[in-house]
Amino acid sequence: MEQANMEHAEDHGLHLTPEQEYGISKLGMWLFLGTEIMLFGGLFAAYAIFRAKYPELFLESHQELNREMGAVNTCILIFSSLTMAIGVTAIQRGKQMLAGIMILVTIICGLGFGVVKYFEYGAKFAHHIYPDTNIFFSLYFMMTGLHMLHVFIGLAVLGVIMVLTFKGKFNEKYSTPVEIGGLYWHLVDLVWIYLFPLLYLVG
Amino acid sequence: MANHTIANNVYVPFLEQKGFLSWFLTTDHKRIGILYLISISLFFLIAGILALLMRFELMTPMSDFVSPHTYNVLFTLHGSLMVFFFIVPGLAASFGNFLIPLMIGAPDVAFPKLNLASYWIYLVGTIITLYALLSPADTGWTFYTPYSATTDTDVVMITFGVFVLGFSSILTGMNFIVTIHKMRAPGMTWHRLPLFIWASYATAVLQLLATPVVGITLLMLIAERSLGVGFFDPAKGGDPVLFQNFFWFYSHPAVYIMIIPAMGVISEIIPVFSRKPIFGYKAIAYSSLGIAFISFLVWAHHMFTSGISEVAATIFSFLTFLVAIPTAIKVFNWIATLYKGSIELHSAMLYALGFVFLFTIGGLTGVFLGALAADIHLHDTYFVVAHMHYVMIGGTVMGFFGALHFWYPKWFGKMFNESVAKLSWFLIFVGFNVTFFPQFFLGIQGMPRRYATYPEEFESLMALSTYGSWILGLGVLIMTVNLIKGLYSTEKAPQNPYGSLSLEWQVPSPPPTLNFEEIPTVTDWTYGYGKKKEVDA
Repeated sequence: MEQANMEHAEDHGLHLTPEQEYGISKLGMWLFLGTEIMLFGGLFAAYAIFRAKYPELFLESHQELNREMGAVNTCILIFSSLTMAIGVTAIQRGKQMLAGIMILVTIICGLGFGVVKYFEYGAKFAHHIYPDTNIFFSLYFMMTGLHMLHVFIGLAVLGVIMVLTFKGKFNEKYSTPVEIGGLYWHLVDLVWIYLFPLLYLVG
Repeated sequence: MANHTIANNVYVPFLEQKGFLSWFLTTDHKRIGILYLISISLFFLIAGILALLMRFELMTPMSDFVSPHTYNVLFTLHGSLMVFFFIVPGLAASFGNFLIPLMIGAPDVAFPKLNLASYWIYLVGTIITLYALLSPADTGWTFYTPYSATTDTDVVMITFGVFVLGFSSILTGMNFIVTIHKMRAPGMTWHRLPLFIWASYATAVLQLLATPVVGITLLMLIAERSLGVGFFDPAKGGDPVLFQNFFWFYSHPAVYIMIIPAMGVISEIIPVFSRKPIFGYKAIAYSSLGIAFISFLVWAHHMFTSGISEVAATIFSFLTFLVAIPTAIKVFNWIATLYKGSIELHSAMLYALGFVFLFTIGGLTGVFLGALAADIHLHDTYFVVAHMHYVMIGGTVMGFFGALHFWYPKWFGKMFNESVAKLSWFLIFVGFNVTFFPQFFLGIQGMPRRYATYPEEFESLMALSTYGSWILGLGVLIMTVNLIKGLYSTEKAPQNPYGSLSLEWQVPSPPPTLNFEEIPTVTDWTYGYGKKKEVDA
């Protein structure tokens, strides 16, 4: 009995084929991305309501934001999405080295985004602009802060995936985690592409 | 349906392994279901005791048992624990986990590890909330601003606990949707699925789409209190009603997260004990999705007296009435299933019939509240309290107890005492009605909810309600003891005591770790009772 028990405990698993796992993981990730849209959706709704209510305040306040830095960050993130996409394509064709390097570049871009954002936040605090300054900056800090949190989570996920890629865990037959991680990173990019014009390009 | 025999030397029930780690690190959906079942039952009992304390205070018009502040804390905790810790994870996380893979013929859910992670997240949320009890909030479970932004009690911790719980809910919902899409056994087509699966699917969609919105709302409230932002503060240009809009955008769909799985349970119990195929299978299946869809369009019916525009109120009132349609479709189909059936009054069936009866009262009084003119009078009175409890206890809790009695032999492989179960059902049914029916009258006479004191003319109805709560409490106590005692009984449950045709009854009780020795091939729908030779018990 004990023996059978042990075997069963070890045996317990789903034994899915890579194709099944791919289908399952991809559907799961898309559903999760849907929940992320709903999460940010709450803030976007608040943005729409308050901007309609206080158009002058939004116009005035947004001039405090540094457009150049925002634009640079937008370019960085779009570029990182490109490198991520190249990485996914590379691993699907079995090019492990290229894929690893591309994910590394993506991570460096993500870190660069964080550095720029650090200086931006620092400049705001230096001008005594805080989340409680007015509704616009409440929204600015909450939206970009929540996005920044997603950048960090994405970086952690990509870090793990990069190490596994360099270790040769993925190849043309099995690349599900790279693709799933890539999907998440594209979401991070996509959210920013909406945040940038809404916050920096009001006027 | 595929019949299954398993040789005795291979069969290892999933409950066989013992020890803390075998539970804490398990990825077996049946064990995770038990973990949820124990957790939510504990919260149900704790929050139930809080309710008894409140009813005790309300025996007399004066505030003599607890102070008004303590009373505010009591109803806040009762509501928060019942809603976020018991009834929202509730049937979906406990019975959903146990039943979904078994019913669709799968070895486990699509993401077993994520399933365990969801439970851990639930635990983390629980611990945070317990910490918050050091300075318990007194805002009511709805955390309405502006009071929640200004009270001295610890609102941040309890809302953060609820925020964390939300992730558990989201991940469970995502897991179930993927499982139902991708893990069905060969031949288990959408229109052969048990109706509990349809209900779980609709619930999971709601969890997925609505929970993130309450997540961001609670984050905004936390930012309001900790960073001084002013989304909900008129002094800073914010709007307190915005909080209500955001909150109910989640919390109204959440009402259906609570009730739809119970409707699924009833759809399973009634055909088995009527020995008849379920009537209107597709109507019941799609009405679950219909309720899920409409539930996103009715949130402002909680806000008719919050100063929303008359046009908006009229539209939301109309949309609210629409909910009655898919709900009534279900009730009529259950009754049609019962019609000319060979009815067996098993304790699970009694709970199912209790559900149909009480939920109908709850649903119809909801129509009163959806009517604009009536709502102005009834809003925030005991009428709302009674309506809500008829839906939540009369509906969801009846469904939960029914599920407990129905699947108990399968889940634990033991039998409980059926006569005691019937007695406890009777006490619960009577106690519930004595507690809450007088509250409809109290509400119509204008007694507002959430007060520790009340005018003397309400004393007799209030006292009657309190006596009822004792009968209800006694019934729940007897039921709990009976079910726990059953675990230690020596009577082993047969594989299929009710002759059900659903897949979970075609494996031994309790099911083996891997569910099915071999994934079954399904050739017929689940409800072919009375038409073909039934599986022997």
